[in-house]
Amino acid sequence: MGSYILKRLLSAIPVLLGITIIVFAIMAMIPGDPATAILGSYATPENVEKLNRDLGLDKPAAARYFIWLGNMLTGDFGQSFALNRPVIHEVLERFSATLVLAGTAFVLCCFFGILAGVVSASRQYGLADKAITFAVLLGISIPSFFLGMMMILLFAVSLKWLPVSGMYAIYGGGDLWDLLKHLAMPATALAVVATGVIARLSRSAMLEVLRQDFIRTARAKGVSEHRVIWGHALRAAMVSIIPVLGIQAGFVLSGAVYIEIVFQWPGVGRMLVDAILKRDILLVQGGVVLVAACYVIFNIMVDVAQSLLDPRIKT
Amino acid sequence: MRLFLRLLARNRLALAGAVVLGFVVLLVLMTPVLPLAEPNITNTADRFQRPFTPGHLLGTDHLGRDLLSRLLWGTRLSLAVGFSAAVIAATIGAAIGIVAGYFGGRTDNLIMRGVDMLMAFPYILLALAIVAALGPGLMNALIAVAAVNVPFFARNIRGITVGIAHKEFVDAAKLSGMGHGRIILSEILPNVLPVIVIAMSTTVGWMILETAGLSFLGLGSQPPQADLGSMLGEARAALITSPHTSVVPGVMILIIVMSINLLGDGVRDALDPRLRSGALTRPMAATLVDRDSVPEPSGDGILTLDGIETQFHVGDRIYRAVGGVSLSVGPGECLGLIGESGSGKSVTALSIMGLVASPPGVITGGAARYRGRDLIGMPYRELRRLRGDRIAYIFQDPLATLHPLYRVGDQLAEAIRCHHAIGRAEAHDRAIELLKSVRIPNPESRARSYPHEMSGGMRQRVGIAMALANDPDVIIADEPTTALDVTVQAQILSLLNDLRRDRGLAIVFITHDFGVVAQLCDRVAVMYAGRIVEEGPTAEILARPAHPYTSRLIDCVPELGGGRRELAAIPGLPPSVDDLPAGCAFAPRCDKKQSSCAVGEVALKPRDGRAVRCLYPDWRPA
Repeated sequence: MGSYILKRLLSAIPVLLGITIIVFAIMAMIPGDPATAILGSYATPENVEKLNRDLGLDKPAAARYFIWLGNMLTGDFGQSFALNRPVIHEVLERFSATLVLAGTAFVLCCFFGILAGVVSASRQYGLADKAITFAVLLGISIPSFFLGMMMILLFAVSLKWLPVSGMYAIYGGGDLWDLLKHLAMPATALAVVATGVIARLSRSAMLEVLRQDFIRTARAKGVSEHRVIWGHALRAAMVSIIPVLGIQAGFVLSGAVYIEIVFQWPGVGRMLVDAILKRDILLVQGGVVLVAACYVIFNIMVDVAQSLLDPRIKT
Repeated sequence: MRLFLRLLARNRLALAGAVVLGFVVLLVLMTPVLPLAEPNITNTADRFQRPFTPGHLLGTDHLGRDLLSRLLWGTRLSLAVGFSAAVIAATIGAAIGIVAGYFGGRTDNLIMRGVDMLMAFPYILLALAIVAALGPGLMNALIAVAAVNVPFFARNIRGITVGIAHKEFVDAAKLSGMGHGRIILSEILPNVLPVIVIAMSTTVGWMILETAGLSFLGLGSQPPQADLGSMLGEARAALITSPHTSVVPGVMILIIVMSINLLGDGVRDALDPRLRSGALTRPMAATLVDRDSVPEPSGDGILTLDGIETQFHVGDRIYRAVGGVSLSVGPGECLGLIGESGSGKSVTALSIMGLVASPPGVITGGAARYRGRDLIGMPYRELRRLRGDRIAYIFQDPLATLHPLYRVGDQLAEAIRCHHAIGRAEAHDRAIELLKSVRIPNPESRARSYPHEMSGGMRQRVGIAMALANDPDVIIADEPTTALDVTVQAQILSLLNDLRRDRGLAIVFITHDFGVVAQLCDRVAVMYAGRIVEEGPTAEILARPAHPYTSRLIDCVPELGGGRRELAAIPGLPPSVDDLPAGCAFAPRCDKKQSSCAVGEVALKPRDGRAVRCLYPDWRPA
């Protein structure tokens, strides 16, 4: 098992390198001159040239890439010019807020998605199945940012149950209870789409498994129907559900960008959108690379979980 | 194509989606000629008018612009961008996928590495990076959305192309000297097109959502032009004071995406043959029972079947898999149930404990009595208590019938714990004893193995051990040795034989092999087209078969050392059980057939402890 994890970690290195190349290549396509963007269009040519030299922008692209990569390996992601602080500090601070939001949403969508899928499959064509199928369709069709806005209208404005936005109350608050209150709406809105997708997939995976011979064997042994569904069938279905959980984690992370805007959540997605609008290139590059790297590592964890679950996978 | 449209039309939800989407598209196409206010004319005096104010059916936005007009123009833009993104992504992705799949080798490897790398991104990071590079704007958002979806199409289409690229017609085209380009266009493309259409129909809604999302973030369409996403983005500031400005574009996105998803699901279902045949239905905990009357008990064995009838209802067709089977087996007795594949022997066996997959299976008549209690129509709770405890099954092919992810020891322990309240450790010890009793070497370490780590014979022994777990009275063995080689088969048979002598087990042994029947069974029943055609003591039937089918079946068995006897295969095929001929079902294949054979019911007539269903049986003196 240890060697398998090591092998998967090593195989992530080319992927991570590829990601840095893709990000760098895309950002290198930016028309115009970053120094002009930083200094504004009234800057003197001398100042622009000096800044270009300071930023290393007078060197060829390949050299700039390796300098950037080398610096990143030492933990130096550069300086955000708009915020005037190291990229790494800003990104890590913002990313921890995103992790709280996306992590909660991910737990919610895994739990409710699989639950709904299993219930739906075990009552195929029944009332519960039809209700869940309809709810799933609604869930995967509604834009999460619109759903978030409607939730604000209902739960924050009309019912006044939950705070409108932010991560903590500005005065007082700051404890776990305060965080949970602020987290409830954005995490739910973020989880809805992924819940729908996971529910759909779990349903079809369960239907596929329930027709297998070993389910009939379990029934012939006299295993109770409850255990047949939640034990034998779900265990086998998880083999095809888990890889999708990994993919959905990426969608949850992506969707977090919209939700962070709607709920003023101080996360990395909002930071990236602001950085793009301000053309804060190093911040965009550093943010994208760090988030993508976390996602790659997360997917390795999913693979490891998969190999623990399925003894047929050679480790 | 017409079949496809008919299937689509039968799916009411898909039809509803198509109608709604068609209506929206029509409305949007007519937008330029409709009598609407100019979408971009501001009138700050009329800001935030509520819906249904005169002149503004849906009210106005924060700059006093008519919402209805902006909604329709915005929808027009969103639909156009979403569909264009889908078409672009599908075209480029399919081209990449076809090239990778068709050429294979290093090209494939290189391309798919790149695709995997792009898929390692959460999609929004890539889209954001692209928009960051190109600058905000609707066109750039379109490019970003199309670009992040290219890998998805490339991956799907490559998979399909790899399958097609090695088909005979592609080889034939290569041999006839066609160039790669022509082969791709004339042979490959037509075959992957349906897949491209399915992939597009399931992703176009998603792409509309993504474009709307980028516009919502202010990275898509720029003012004063607005698509649905940027309308929602602009309305957000006034969410609390004037919610209608948010609700109007939001609901429109929901309607569009939902109708596209409904339609897409319909397209996918119509093109998926598995859904059409109803193959994706879930078997319930026990077979459905729908019988008018319960027959009187006939036999006096520990397990007695009285006229069991089991059917499969698939669409409008009814397959009569079992058409009234009566059997009886006593303690310590072994009854062979023999027939060709499809003769209904397995379905008969599974009907006893309600294990026929249902839907589509239905037990439509008869009774199965264990110690006088009818198992058919017994409440599920009581049936479950008997399953595996008093009546146990051994199935064919234990690789498929054992759970692949549980250790065999745990599977055995579970069989015991289902029926007896004993602790984990005790059940585990008992499981090891069971493995020992079926002569598995190193039972302690074998109990920790997974089924895929064992040999076929070993797995079959586990299957037998599982059936013995609760010391049952009856074992129903459904071709337990078919998948095994001859030496292992002999060991398994002698094991079963010992068990029934030592424990007084009643065994129903299902097989298509008379050789196996001769070794093990006291009595044998021959099945054909869902009915028993001959029954009696094994030795007598083997020596003097009375039914023409039985004698043909015995002739099929090669005899060891029997010289160069010609094996007589039975000509023709068994009749389809959804269309049985009148009279004797075997008549069409029978060489002794008379004209009377094809008229009326042929009854199972008893004689001297035997019974035969034939008008002209071949009774030979002993």
